[in-house]
Amino acid sequence: MALFPKLQKSPGNRGIPDAVRLLLNPFALTGRATIDWIKSLGASAIFLLLAILGIFQPKQFPKIVQQLFYIGARSTLIIILVGLFTGMVLGLQSYYALVKFGAEGALGTLVALSLVRELGPVLTAIMITARAGSAITAEIGIQRISEQIDALDTMRINPLRYLISPRIAASVISFPILTALFDLIGIVGGYVSVVIVLGVTSNTYFYRVQSSLELKDITDGFIKSIVFALIVSTVCCFQGYFTHMRSDSHGAKAVGLSTTSAVVLSCVLILLSDYVVTSLLLV
Amino acid sequence: METPLIEFQNVTKRFGTKTVLERVNLKIYEGEVTTIIGLSGGGKSVLLKHIIGLLEPDEGTILFRGQPLREGKRHLAAFSPGEISYMFQDNALFDSMTIYDNVALPLVETTNLAKAEIRKRVMARLEQTELTEARYKFPSELSGGMQKRAALARALIMEPKIVLFDEPTSGQDPVRKNAILSMIAQYQRKFGFTAILVSHEIPDVYFISNRILALYDRKIVFQGTPEELEEFDHPFNDEVIRSLEGFQEELTGLYSRRRFKVLYHGQLKRTGYGEAYSVVIFTLDSPEAIVDKWGYDAEQEAVRRMGGFINKHLDAIGGFSTRYSANQFVTVLPYSDLDEANDILKKFIADFKEYGIQSLKAGGNGSVPANACIDFSVQAGLAQGQPFMKIETVIEAAMQQQKEIGRVTCSAKE
Repeated sequence: MALFPKLQKSPGNRGIPDAVRLLLNPFALTGRATIDWIKSLGASAIFLLLAILGIFQPKQFPKIVQQLFYIGARSTLIIILVGLFTGMVLGLQSYYALVKFGAEGALGTLVALSLVRELGPVLTAIMITARAGSAITAEIGIQRISEQIDALDTMRINPLRYLISPRIAASVISFPILTALFDLIGIVGGYVSVVIVLGVTSNTYFYRVQSSLELKDITDGFIKSIVFALIVSTVCCFQGYFTHMRSDSHGAKAVGLSTTSAVVLSCVLILLSDYVVTSLLLV
Repeated sequence: METPLIEFQNVTKRFGTKTVLERVNLKIYEGEVTTIIGLSGGGKSVLLKHIIGLLEPDEGTILFRGQPLREGKRHLAAFSPGEISYMFQDNALFDSMTIYDNVALPLVETTNLAKAEIRKRVMARLEQTELTEARYKFPSELSGGMQKRAALARALIMEPKIVLFDEPTSGQDPVRKNAILSMIAQYQRKFGFTAILVSHEIPDVYFISNRILALYDRKIVFQGTPEELEEFDHPFNDEVIRSLEGFQEELTGLYSRRRFKVLYHGQLKRTGYGEAYSVVIFTLDSPEAIVDKWGYDAEQEAVRRMGGFINKHLDAIGGFSTRYSANQFVTVLPYSDLDEANDILKKFIADFKEYGIQSLKAGGNGSVPANACIDFSVQAGLAQGQPFMKIETVIEAAMQQQKEIGRVTCSAKE
């Protein structure tokens, strides 16, 4: 009986035999989960919309600059490191694949297009999620459980405008810039492994990079990074902001779980949306 | 009849299956200090959060100046900006901001004041709450008492008309506790705001409260003055008040007013017809002078030492004393007529002039320079009572007879 506590409580389920309930339970659970998911999606969309509206309110500029520093400037080093080694390993792996076909001259093309179209936006977004996104969720989550957000409400300061809007604005600004940095450093990393280590000529590498990259590749990469910025900032802020609504835990544990959820969900949504956006952009 | 500032009509609140408030009816009047008392976990904070709109009732109506408050975020729209503020139980200070920034936040975000004006107002508030030195520190670098004062400074920065205090003295030692209550009372008198406190600091809150609301078993079972509460015949008195109120007042070590009354009535039963007793009243005048020069902690330390001095001298000869108000003490000398009580008081005054006033001064000034200019006095009055007389009448008579028994002046001489 304990398997169906919720079904038993509902007056509408009275008189349904246990066997039927057992059969219906998975459908009910799936239905409830779907409804919850759609509700969360709707809530996130409204949350994002209100936060975007809040960006254009007065007194937001200093807060956006502050968040640009935390989300953008402070992520620079990690982006440089990851970009450099991604480019290096990409050059290295591609060389051994292409050399079999005698196509090592196309290394510059492969490195540049892979980085600018895919790896740059995706890896930048994932790295910022890991570094800044988790911090955003934890910070807002702690502010929620320690009643700091309630305090803002009582002071007639809109918490969405004060806490969320600057983070979303800063993400939208810093993601493309960091993606550009990642791309640039990645190409340099490719140069290090392809030209310096493996001995392909510098002119060949850079000629291929230059000739194969079109403006559309770069703008598509930026479009992706903006989409990822909106996803990551919304997911991370949303998870932190509603930490107190979690049904599986409370207090510090809830903050920990919200942070984990934010990072995992952001990464999954980055990859999922990458596919969707790429499909749309290639049409 | 005066329209209440805030009125609850049959307000019910449930969390899941647990009912926290059930058909609560209450009235809070403008310009008063109203304290909601009850046991921990009894729903006091929940009740307070309904007033400011952080929680919404499942049933019932909340009226503000006779008009129903709207639900959700629109609830706060009923109040003009800065009209209401809330001091959280755990302070809710922004831990990544300095104390200065925390206090300045409402002004920075909700007004268009110039930076210089904001600075002036914040510094004034920080000075009043003795936080000037700590203004560039973060909340985690301050003691619990200082954090409370910072939260108080933030709550008062917009000069609100209504201030809600959720357990403002929790986790404080007796001196700090009374210092915070004294601060609230003084600001309330100075700015004239309506203060609504949630507390279980009994009897300390009685000294600053105009009205008490008793929350018991999910309902408001009493609304009235602290004096009326003492006469209130209800299980609340036995189960809640007596469990929260010790036999002795925490700060001074004197008997609680309730215990004092019990002793007084017990004494009357033993006193034969025609036998007299005496009542002495002591007044520390004026505590505001101590606050101005030495701060709220010093004021409460002086009150504590005064109570201790009275207890030490008059308890030994069979007297029993209580803190009658924030700065007044009453002692009953049950076996002494007026002449004998006069002799006792003379000896007390001589001793007080020699040691007591110095003790008060020493307790008050703490680390303050010895040459700090301050002027306060202690007065005492004596009256004789008969078994058939009400204690309040005798105390009133003693008050009329008060005269100065010690003074600290600018030149630091009595």
